[in-house]
Amino acid sequence: MTTASNAPLDLKRHFSLMRARELAIRCGLLGCALASVLTTTGIIYVLVTEALVAVPPEKAFFQEVSPVEFFTATQWTPQFEDKHFGILPLLVGTFLVAGIAAVIGLPIGLAGSVYLSEYASRRTRNIVLPILEILAGIPTVVYGFFALVFVTPYVLRPIFQGLFGFEVNVFNAASAGIVVAIMIIPIVTSLSEDALRSVPQALREAAYALGATKYQVSSRVVVPAALSGILASFLLAISRAVGETMAVAIAAGQSPALTLNPFQSIETMTGFIVNVSFGDKPHGSLDWKALFAVAMTLFVITLAMNVISQMIMRRFREVYQ
Amino acid sequence: MSAASGGTMRDLLHVRQRSARSRWTEAGFEWVCACSTWFGLAVLIVLLAGVLWQGASWLTWSFLTSYDSRHPEQAGVLAGLWGSFWLVSLATILAVPVGVGAAIFLEEYQTKGWLRTLIEINLSNLAGVPSIVYGILGMAVFVKMFGTFQHDPKVLQISLIFTTVDVPLPFGRTVLSGAMTLTLLILPIVIVASREALRAIPASLRHASYALGATHWQTVRHVVLPVAVPGIVTGVILAVARAVGETAPLLMIGAAVFVARSPGGIESPGDILRNPHGILEAPFDNFTALPIQIYNWVSRPEPEYRHVAAAAILVLLAVLQVFNIVASVTRSRMRRQARW
Repeated sequence: MTTASNAPLDLKRHFSLMRARELAIRCGLLGCALASVLTTTGIIYVLVTEALVAVPPEKAFFQEVSPVEFFTATQWTPQFEDKHFGILPLLVGTFLVAGIAAVIGLPIGLAGSVYLSEYASRRTRNIVLPILEILAGIPTVVYGFFALVFVTPYVLRPIFQGLFGFEVNVFNAASAGIVVAIMIIPIVTSLSEDALRSVPQALREAAYALGATKYQVSSRVVVPAALSGILASFLLAISRAVGETMAVAIAAGQSPALTLNPFQSIETMTGFIVNVSFGDKPHGSLDWKALFAVAMTLFVITLAMNVISQMIMRRFREVYQ
Repeated sequence: MSAASGGTMRDLLHVRQRSARSRWTEAGFEWVCACSTWFGLAVLIVLLAGVLWQGASWLTWSFLTSYDSRHPEQAGVLAGLWGSFWLVSLATILAVPVGVGAAIFLEEYQTKGWLRTLIEINLSNLAGVPSIVYGILGMAVFVKMFGTFQHDPKVLQISLIFTTVDVPLPFGRTVLSGAMTLTLLILPIVIVASREALRAIPASLRHASYALGATHWQTVRHVVLPVAVPGIVTGVILAVARAVGETAPLLMIGAAVFVARSPGGIESPGDILRNPHGILEAPFDNFTALPIQIYNWVSRPEPEYRHVAAAAILVLLAVLQVFNIVASVTRSRMRRQARW
């Protein structure tokens, strides 16, 4: 705003009143913007005071259970008499589901993005992109239903139990992993496609001029050039898979087991959080605090993935703009 | 190429073989990529067909107008529909002013500087926080209020001119707690969408307004905002659609899975006129929501409840489709009305 120091006196008073209003509005808007900062602060405060360091009369989770035990013990039995708080089974369960989702979802998502950016006509794009939007908009509880009612009995059981003789549990990590893969495909496709399309046209033309075919241009020029953007989308998708809750809570089961068998019932970090919330644990009990310790682990893992993904993306933008 | 100077028969043959193989690679690669692209459509069709097959015959009028029941044939989604309605309405009322205000601040006022960078980094990180973590925040802050009133819950009586509202402290497992949690969840989405809408408005409009002597806020209020409204509305609708399907945070703050009552006792649109006080009671009532009911029914061991869950999923998807159609209509109208 320009200063009105030379203005006549009456005008000046008038102006300052208006300026006060402007300032008040500005402060109000600043308050709105700070609401999001407050949310982050709130999340960190709640997690830290319940899990790491509590306000003195109370004790936080890690002041009662040693972090060494938490991260190395192999049993997770907070609901039994003999309580063990070893998060490894939950971590392994989480990354088993996320790993299955990544193995299926990332290649399909990437191949789809290559098709959309290098091969597809404008018309195809206009059909496919809205479909991906719809897929991304389906609530995760619906995917959980899909995993339990269709994927396990009609896909996994006939193939892996009927043909190969594995024993497929009603609740299993594989069905959860498959539906989480379906969930992350739209993320990978749309973000990787952005990265592929922002590769300069001149690079493609140079490769064609050297006699490269379309496959060679796509696989040896465009994809490597967009690699950091693709990696960022992969990280974001995996972080989504790690934080995914409802489909996993419904389809993967509720038995924390330290196993890599995808056909067994397991429990993930998010699944544990949901199941504990049902039991109405009293505020301040150790089980209640275990919830926050698990949530904090989850928060730190997803946050780290997101931050790395954003750093990669920022660097990628700098290269081509 | 290995065929350099000789030009013998063998080299020519080699080239031809290579090109034949590469033609296969070409076609195969394109085919694989195309299949991956259409995989999404195939999944969507299978999913919809499966849900329809399981649930279509269970989707009756009485399913929409009755409460949950221990008998699958009599179970319905009335409580969930009204619960979701109150949650989403309140969350929208709370999130839109704050979200649009934040977007205006970032796009019109604080266009550079460390404060903007801080808020931007914060927003992009919030977008990646799993929704269940928001649920934990909501449970600790709104439902239990850090355990402050754990031993002596209070009831705050706020008297309006013609009636009083009883506000329980802590809020407990009420619609209000759920709505505030959802507000925090959709706030980043509303802010990002509103910022995009504001950014799409050419600077010349603002300059013209300043040139006519308008102040900063007058320019925002009377020039920028009216033009940005369609874009903001589209973004808000999509954010709200996300809130409709959210399950995990509501489970965390303790939405009841079995409720045979709508918030505020309002069971049909007519009840709002007949029982206006119910509107004030609804935010402080216990609740369930449509996705919570689906989760509950899917988890039941009786196979009949799978059909009930499928029917409820059809209702949920129909509600979401209404939101999507409204959003795309406003978007296309907005494109038609753009005049610069």
